[in-house]
Amino acid sequence: MIDGTCVASLEEAGFSHDGGAHFVFRHVSLTLARGEFVAVLGPSGVGKSTLLRVLMGLVRPTEGQVGGSACAVGAVGSQGAGRRSRAMVFQDARLLPWRSVLRNVEFGLEGLGLNSAERATRAREALRLVGLEQEAGRWPRRLSGGQRQRVGVARALTVDPDLLLMDEPFGALDAITRTGLQDELRRIWRQTGKTVIFVTHDIEEALRLATRIIVLAGGPPAHIVGEIAPTDAQRNPETQDFAQCAARLRALIAH
Amino acid sequence: MKGRLSKRLHVGLGIFGLAVFFGSWQAAVSLGWLPGNMVPAPLDLGPAWLAEVRGGFWQQAIQDSLGHYSLGLLIGSTLGTAVGLLCGMSRILDSLLEGVIRLLRPVPGLAWVPFAILWFGLSTAGATFVIAISVFWINFYAAYGAVRGVDPELFELAAAFGHGGFMARLFKVVLPASMPGILAGLRTGLGQGWMSVVAAELFGVPGIGARMMQASSLLATDVVVVYMLTMAFLYAITDFLFGFIRGHLLKWQP
Repeated sequence: MIDGTCVASLEEAGFSHDGGAHFVFRHVSLTLARGEFVAVLGPSGVGKSTLLRVLMGLVRPTEGQVGGSACAVGAVGSQGAGRRSRAMVFQDARLLPWRSVLRNVEFGLEGLGLNSAERATRAREALRLVGLEQEAGRWPRRLSGGQRQRVGVARALTVDPDLLLMDEPFGALDAITRTGLQDELRRIWRQTGKTVIFVTHDIEEALRLATRIIVLAGGPPAHIVGEIAPTDAQRNPETQDFAQCAARLRALIAH
Repeated sequence: MKGRLSKRLHVGLGIFGLAVFFGSWQAAVSLGWLPGNMVPAPLDLGPAWLAEVRGGFWQQAIQDSLGHYSLGLLIGSTLGTAVGLLCGMSRILDSLLEGVIRLLRPVPGLAWVPFAILWFGLSTAGATFVIAISVFWINFYAAYGAVRGVDPELFELAAAFGHGGFMARLFKVVLPASMPGILAGLRTGLGQGWMSVVAAELFGVPGIGARMMQASSLLATDVVVVYMLTMAFLYAITDFLFGFIRGHLLKWQP
């Protein structure tokens, strides 16, 4: 599933809100290969979400490059033909309250040259993938927190992105809903083969989901203090390997 | 804390309140507590209204005023909302117009009447101008405030899904997100517009205001009250119809 093709990369990237006086993170280099599920793990406020926004292109890095020599910008996953190269799932779902669930999912498809029937078909497919096809006509305010997040995932998946960026999407949910959605996300990832980068401060969540965990900590400025590619045994919460791996990640975060 | 009333009881109480109001008024005039030559009795209003209808004055006045009202409301609301939206979205335009707005905003709509006469004469255009000015500011501030209140995270969402351009932000985020505030401004403008109709027509442009002025100069207070109630009735209809439109546009709200 992971084929080594570069989907996105950062090269010596740094970000500062004040033009370079104080950096949130610095010297961050990473490459995302097609089909990977990468978790960016780190304490709250360390700059994980900002890192994601830099990768998404919502903010420019103060230094370094997005793309970089190993993964030329635009070379992989260029937009067009009814798709977008990147799509994001936000922590707060961020659904538009004046649009029905279906129209929220269609949001990303608008402006891609699809007619309304094509958009609706694509959006319904995405809703089916997250198990919410029956809720297509409802208003977002009628949905539970977990359902809202699943709509956010459907909205991102429907544009058929090369890279799915997820910013602590399950952070505000209760433990049972969160575990259910983690399993669902893992299933969707296997089914679609999408490259995912997932930001979290939850070690267990990172271990359960990711094929590779990058730890962003230290500072400020924060930097990558280590990374782990968990084995299947390390991903199983009932094993000793899981506990040992979690302890190692905890130590890295405390770096 | 107010409890909830059934719809039937709510309507019933409203009708009862009106009956008590008109009943007390009639009694006060009939019993001589209020001078009949200064305050007309409600029972005198029916004949006065019929006389106005038979003479064709009532229909003509409504037709004239509705023309001023609709056009003034349309121009003032459209311009006020558009400028409010643009100022709310553009920091440059907001800064550019800030001084002008502070200068013009305190000038009441009525203060423009001399200029309306000077520029447009005693014409429909003059009355329309005064009405448009008075509703402009209501809609301007409603739209401006509504745009400023839009959650900035929605702009990030729009940018993330390829809708970061000005027009895409305007039509996909700003307008729908601001719609409750814009509609609140439009609704306030509907009422303000009728108030301005009287003011705009008092200086001689034919319509309800002018007819009221003529009647009051002849001490025909019953005719004056007939037109006051006519205006209240017209406002009630426009507000009722607007409520339907608002309900349709904001059906996503709880």
